[in-house]
Amino acid sequence: MLIALFADIHANRQAFEACLAQARADGAERIILLGDYVGYGADPEWVVTTVMELVNKGAVAVLGNHDSAIGTPREHMNQLAQIAIEWTRGELGARERRFLAGLPFQHHESDRLYVHSEASNPRAWTYVTGTMEAARSLTATTAHITFCGHIHHPALYSMSATAKMSAFTPTTGAAVPLLPGRRWLAVLGSVGQPRDNNPAACYGMLDTEKSELTYCRAAYDIEEAANRIRRKGLPIWLAERLFLGR
Amino acid sequence: MVRPLHEPGTTVDGYRLEALVHSGGMAILWSVTKPGIALPILMKVPRIGEGADPAAIVSFEMEQMILPRLSGVHVPKFISAGDFSVQPYIVMETIAGTSLLARLPELPLPYAEIAQIGVKVATALDDLHRQHVVHLDIKPSNIMFRPNGEAVLLDFGLSHHDRLPDLMQEEFRLPFGTAPYMSPEQLRGMRSDPRSDLFALGVLLYFFSTGIRPFGESETLRGMRRRLWRDPVPPRKLRPDYPPWLQEIVLRCLEIEPAWRYPTAAQLAFDLSHPDQVRLTKRSEKVERDPFGTVIRRRFKPDTLPQIRPSLNDQLFAAPIIAVAIDLTEGSVPLHEALRTTAGRILATLPAARLACLNVRKQSRITIDFTLDEKGHNKQIDRLVALRHWAEPLKLEASRLTVHVLEALDPAAAILEFANNNRVDHILLGARENSLIRSLLGSVSAKVAAEANCTVTVVRPPRTGPITADQSKD
Repeated sequence: MLIALFADIHANRQAFEACLAQARADGAERIILLGDYVGYGADPEWVVTTVMELVNKGAVAVLGNHDSAIGTPREHMNQLAQIAIEWTRGELGARERRFLAGLPFQHHESDRLYVHSEASNPRAWTYVTGTMEAARSLTATTAHITFCGHIHHPALYSMSATAKMSAFTPTTGAAVPLLPGRRWLAVLGSVGQPRDNNPAACYGMLDTEKSELTYCRAAYDIEEAANRIRRKGLPIWLAERLFLGR
Repeated sequence: MVRPLHEPGTTVDGYRLEALVHSGGMAILWSVTKPGIALPILMKVPRIGEGADPAAIVSFEMEQMILPRLSGVHVPKFISAGDFSVQPYIVMETIAGTSLLARLPELPLPYAEIAQIGVKVATALDDLHRQHVVHLDIKPSNIMFRPNGEAVLLDFGLSHHDRLPDLMQEEFRLPFGTAPYMSPEQLRGMRSDPRSDLFALGVLLYFFSTGIRPFGESETLRGMRRRLWRDPVPPRKLRPDYPPWLQEIVLRCLEIEPAWRYPTAAQLAFDLSHPDQVRLTKRSEKVERDPFGTVIRRRFKPDTLPQIRPSLNDQLFAAPIIAVAIDLTEGSVPLHEALRTTAGRILATLPAARLACLNVRKQSRITIDFTLDEKGHNKQIDRLVALRHWAEPLKLEASRLTVHVLEALDPAAAILEFANNNRVDHILLGARENSLIRSLLGSVSAKVAAEANCTVTVVRPPRTGPITADQSKD
């Protein structure tokens, strides 16, 4: 089965639409959503409604820190994120807010774990910035493959039977075999706000039969996404950074 | 649980173990059969379990990732792999015959044969590098040949794939490889430079042509590290009849700095196939090792390896072989200039690219072609001179330029054959200007563009400006 995985959509409708279309054209049969549907972008309502529809049709969605911040004003965030979240609260109806509040921190499926951030304590929203956090996450869980997002930088970590770690920056479009002899932590890039100097939207495709993971990129109408951010009066940098992928 | 495989006759996933072929430190090889597979096949089983080398598992994982992603004649065909948690194995095509290791008692081999072996192995390496893989363990026992002579590279357990996680890199801090063949940068922990394989091939060519290993057989890290500053004894000191062109090639492969070696395996293969065109530098003349002062400077110079390296593909694409076909009989001055301008632009952007200038001497089917013309000039040499004259304004370093006169009935076929044999990346040629001749003789450029398996650029003189005025300038 081909599974498409999306992380950090951040209310970017244009990016999410482009990724969904490309993943479906490539034969995706199942959809996993790894949190942070809102924040930064100009279309939180459309994105959350779309996520709700996908979940109704069988997709899995877990909670991200921005989603959690909608109902939990104590959630600590940087200033830009804070401004965007405050604006977002006024954009979402009760139904959408209830949906976000009800999302689980993580979801197990077969030998896979889906979670927004480092998995040893999902409530702490720790970034996986290197092998140290990756090792902590892999040691705390039993899944063969853990998928997360949160940091907006694609990376792939593995731990051997002797607890040695490997780190790897994936090449777009090149399938990587996730060998059964070791355990893997796949950090997906961001759909709606890539920060790895590549402005194209990033998502993952897992082939469960071959046990191969591909990091994919989709071109999208950045101009439109940025214009909408400007029109909504959100901080201008949130629009500009989309062109740079930073 | 992993069970040891010891008994012939045992069946694993439908493969019947027939005979133990090889039992090495890291893996065991069985010849196996399976109904429905006619090809002779081998099963490689890693040595894992108590007391086994931890590298055996990781290198087996690497091979299990890399081999299924490789294709072509220069690697054994991958058949299937077994699940690591049940019984790890790889089944692959058996390559008949013996490896280059079997030739060791015959060393040193004749120079012409060294060049032939070099071309074949470099061609195989070029193919491997283009599939994003650096072998990192090139040595006689990992090289075999198909019946038609094509080299096959074996054992990808220490290899690096540019688009896959490098498990060896992360797992072990000590360099892995075969001591006599390991490049200086491998000793420093660099695993992603395709020129490391050119160094190993240089060691092999040196060894096979002199009978002596250029850096000895020391297995200690200290002994191996000496090659970071100490250059090998020039082959001409060992064999006075050693051809300068071969010494030039071998010592260039053995340069300590990867940037001073050939930029690609294809360029190395090119020089090995055209010994008469090899640019002879100081390297070819050396009969003594570098003086003590030079060695000391290298010994205490700080590490200058750049931190960020381009991807394997970017390295290969930056050093293409470009062939330009020049029609010395029909081509006009503006066309020659346009070709030169186009070639010049490509060469200026890619400092590691090299240019092969071709001219096709059309043979007549009926008349006997004499090498000398009526005035007694050697036609072949006249044309080589004309090609060099064409290339002169490009002011290329001699090592980047070669000239070739091909003899053929069909110019397009000759250009295509040259491009295939020499792994040319880009062909430049002019369009025939005279439409009458084109309609009578057919277009060479159209045929080359249609049939080449590389990029082809068809060049025409600029449209603007009075062409006749341009011609009168010359």
